[in-house]
Amino acid sequence: MLGSARPGAAGLTPDASPPPPLKAESRDLSFHYGNGFKALNAITMPVHEHRVTALIGPSGCGKSTFLRCFNRMHDLYPGNRYEGAIVLHPDNTNLLADDVDPIEVRMRVSMVFQKPNPFPKSIYENVAYGLRVRGVTNKNHLDDKVEESLRGAALWDEVKQRLNEVGSNLSGGQQQRLCIARALATDPEILLFDEPTSALDPIATASIEELISELKKRVTILIVTHNMQQAARVSDYTAYMYLGELIEFDRTDTIFFKPGRKETEDYITGRFG
Amino acid sequence: MSYVAQTPEQIRGLIAKAKRRDVLFVALGVIALGIGFATFLALFLDMLLDGWGRLRPEFFTQFPSRRAAQAGILSAWVGTFLVMIVTAAVAVPLGVSAGIYLEEYAPKNWVTDVIEINITNLAGVPSIVYGLLALGLFVYAFGLGQSVQTAGLTLALLILPVVIVATREAIRAIPAMIREGAYAVGATRWQTVKDHIIPYSMPGILTGVIIGMSRAIGETAPIITIGALTFIAFLPPAPVGAEFPFLSFEWLKAPFTVMPIQMFNWTSRPDPAFHANAAAAGTILVFMTLAMNGLAIWLRYRLRKNIKW
Repeated sequence: MLGSARPGAAGLTPDASPPPPLKAESRDLSFHYGNGFKALNAITMPVHEHRVTALIGPSGCGKSTFLRCFNRMHDLYPGNRYEGAIVLHPDNTNLLADDVDPIEVRMRVSMVFQKPNPFPKSIYENVAYGLRVRGVTNKNHLDDKVEESLRGAALWDEVKQRLNEVGSNLSGGQQQRLCIARALATDPEILLFDEPTSALDPIATASIEELISELKKRVTILIVTHNMQQAARVSDYTAYMYLGELIEFDRTDTIFFKPGRKETEDYITGRFG
Repeated sequence: MSYVAQTPEQIRGLIAKAKRRDVLFVALGVIALGIGFATFLALFLDMLLDGWGRLRPEFFTQFPSRRAAQAGILSAWVGTFLVMIVTAAVAVPLGVSAGIYLEEYAPKNWVTDVIEINITNLAGVPSIVYGLLALGLFVYAFGLGQSVQTAGLTLALLILPVVIVATREAIRAIPAMIREGAYAVGATRWQTVKDHIIPYSMPGILTGVIIGMSRAIGETAPIITIGALTFIAFLPPAPVGAEFPFLSFEWLKAPFTVMPIQMFNWTSRPDPAFHANAAAAGTILVFMTLAMNGLAIWLRYRLRKNIKW
């Protein structure tokens, strides 16, 4: 299983190199759902700039809940409550602070969902939507940004002839890349992926993984995945979570080759989970 | 001794038994459907045959008359048309806004629950009650008169619950992930509502509106209560004129009659020739309702073609 990690693809920088600067860090983050369930318990974890950080762990461990704290998606539903902080660098903004508008957070931190969710609008309007929300009306600016984002999501060549067609007519993998283009169009600082390939076939999965490795040059990436090979292939850092706790966080090669905790090793080697 | 059918014969016997029940249920369903459809068809054909002789172009262009053969439904269909315009113009913005507010903005607490239950109950209030309310409120308290505007407002109140419920159901049919997708790129609540919720729920809302309107078009009791005329030989003033300012809203204040009242009036006459007139008017009213329902189906089909998740 460990052999499936493509050498040189991700995370195999020499151990000696200093860690890259921090983009964000979660400090003692706890999260309570409206029904009283405490889904996260005092999570402290760094997010390194221009690196891919994977969140792994069994179902219900809180990895998606943790991810959705980064763009305050939980604020859409009543009763949810955060404790602690997620600090975004370099301006040291606490994303979870009461006086920080969740909309401001979402303008800086974009998200790609588990199932492709293009709007039932044209391909062009799907990508342009984030810009329209920000008040961009200049046609040339929109055109440029739509093309740039679709190229960034490796979709341009497939759709450039049919930008006015409905996005939901694309294949599953193309729809997910359209959603990535939509998230990229607004130049986010962090891009969140919530199991982005769980609804896709292996070929579409491979193209999304390749894209994620490419995108980290532009943006810091956090990805939740059920698939450990995927974490090994695409990520530089990996966090193993269990029952709302962060069990271990380290470089991906360390987590997969010589994990520090017994629980992590059991999960990685398939003895558990 | 096995409790489960094992041999091929046993399995076949089991399937045959289960299939006989299938056939039985299909038969019951067809009979139930047949009773409903046959009743409608019998009533409609009877009415069509009675009224057939009167279904001539002049029937649409003549005012009611003391002579049955010269009586027409001009004032009735124009009145119905104008009242429906007012009803739609009032019920759609009010109902859609209320539905959106309840679904997207209102806090989920007991007050919202009470409002929700009451809206559903309002849909079941007898229409005559709306008529009495309108007589007290619109005609006397607001002094709107026994006019097109009063009738339109009354019927708007009557179909408001239907529009609200249809709007809420259409909004609920939008998957959470589409809503989250909009919020995730930084949209505000109003941007999400305006760019996504309203357009994607439009087919459902329109269907609800038209179903409501086709209920309103046949309503008689509340319209009689507010004092519609039963015999009227003139039309409301035209909405567009040749002189400045070209648009006139005087028609809102005009006395009027509507199709069901015209029918009611004719059926209560002793002369059987008027009964033929009533049958002809009824046939047209049924066609108006069917046309509206057809329009609802067509619109829903057209608008949903591009909305997939």
